[in-house]
Amino acid sequence: MLRCNDYIFAESLEEAYKLNQKKNNVIVGGNGWLKLRKRQWGTVIDLSGLGLDKIDENDEEFRIGAMVCLSDLENHKGLDKYTCGAVKDSLKHIVGTQFRNTVTVGGSIYGRFGFSDVLSIFMAMDSYVELYKGGIVVMSEFAKMPYDRDILVNIIIKKKPLKIGYSSFRNQSTDFPVVTCAVAIGEGRIATVVGARPSKADIRTDSAEALEDINDYAIKTAKSFDYQSNMRASAEYREHIAKVLIKRTVERIINN
Amino acid sequence: MEIKLWINDKLITDNVEPDMPMLEFLRDKGCLSVKRGCETSNCGLCTVWLEGKPVLSCTMPLMRANKKHITTLEGLRKEAAEFGAFLADEGADQCGYCNPGFIMNVLALERDIEDPTDEDIKEYLSGNLCRCTGYTGQFRAVKKYLAHKRSVKADE
Ligand SMILES: Cc1cc2nc3c(=O)[nH]c(=O)nc-3n(C[C@H](O)[C@H](O)[C@H](O)COP(=O)(O)OP(=O)(O)OC[C@H]3O[C@@H](n4cnc5c(N)ncnc54)[C@H](O)[C@@H]3O)c2cc1C
Ligand code: FES
Ligand code: FES
Repeated sequence: MLRCNDYIFAESLEEAYKLNQKKNNVIVGGNGWLKLRKRQWGTVIDLSGLGLDKIDENDEEFRIGAMVCLSDLENHKGLDKYTCGAVKDSLKHIVGTQFRNTVTVGGSIYGRFGFSDVLSIFMAMDSYVELYKGGIVVMSEFAKMPYDRDILVNIIIKKKPLKIGYSSFRNQSTDFPVVTCAVAIGEGRIATVVGARPSKADIRTDSAEALEDINDYAIKTAKSFDYQSNMRASAEYREHIAKVLIKRTVERIINN
Repeated sequence: MEIKLWINDKLITDNVEPDMPMLEFLRDKGCLSVKRGCETSNCGLCTVWLEGKPVLSCTMPLMRANKKHITTLEGLRKEAAEFGAFLADEGADQCGYCNPGFIMNVLALERDIEDPTDEDIKEYLSGNLCRCTGYTGQFRAVKKYLAHKRSVKADE
């Protein structure tokens, strides 16, 4: 349960940033993950009064506010079209409708969770986070950055001529994924992201020629990641599943 | 903290602790259909509508409902009873504990998706866990209920 002494709706990003510099304070997104932490906070900082719950689309990019909930992302027509349904495919297995109406994309990306479907799909695209102080950072770099006290304001996706696909494997529907896989093909390159290994998503980029033999590409790419065992699956099993997901996702994109 | 909101269209003002969960607040206000089935935002039992959208009242911060409308099963008695009859006809419930959250989400599905496929129905309702059944009775009840509502609408 979220425990705190005070709850403040920030009136500006500057105010939120200042409040967030205190170790005892914390930003709340959708409270999905935060509420699981057993801790008494000083002030909980709420960003929902700052207009960050919108998705703007123009010819060049999508700009997604940190407070957009996962279902608004999932149901956005422009994103669905741009990603051939891959964003929807990445989100639809996360817990349930009510949960995705509650939790936010900002909290999901800021968390950089190992199991994250959300991080996996964004990483495959030409995407960036916009931090209040840290400026604009490439998604794969942000994933590696240590947790600090900055504020994630927006997520930006540059519209590149890419074909995108997403697959995940779960032991049981709506559970955390055993392996996630996002692929983007275009501009002479292929980028493959594999996450939930169970460590967080990472990316491999090759020239499109690597796809002459899809099976070979899937085996080599799956092998290039590191895997560990946990209660959901063994490392060997994960690598095997990753290979299958990469192959299927590539084939689906190519045949689409 | 001062809070002012509508619960089932009734205006309520109150002074609450900053970390009062929405779920406990609603129960305090007499909405005992709202229950907690888990500690991890996983079961869907606590489902209420915030401005018409189904959300988890165990998770959504209460203060975000300030100046907004919350709907609980208590505010949807007629619809709930109508769907409840379909559940009973299919022998869908066993202990019935999961029912309030499930019904709230079925009624949200009805409003959200015009002519849902089987897959749409399953996906929309996948966040409502039931520990007793295998969901097939519920699924039949939802299909029959939605078909019934469509035929009533077509007749109008
Ligand atoms: C039971 C359960 C199952 C889940 N299953 C999956 C799954 O299968 N796949 C998947 O991808 N995800 C899954 N998730 C994660 C979920 O999708 C969200 O990513 C998670 O709840 C965090 O989002 P939130 O909006 O709830 O953030 P919160 O929990 O509110 O915040 C998370 C963290 O981010 C910080 N934060 C939030 N917003 C900002 C901001 N704008 N700037 C800086 N810091 C910020 C918070 O301080 C906190 O540290 C699951 C979560 C739960 C609880
Ligand atoms: S009580 Fe289980 S999801 Fe809210
Ligand atoms: S009938 Fe018992 S939990 Fe669903």
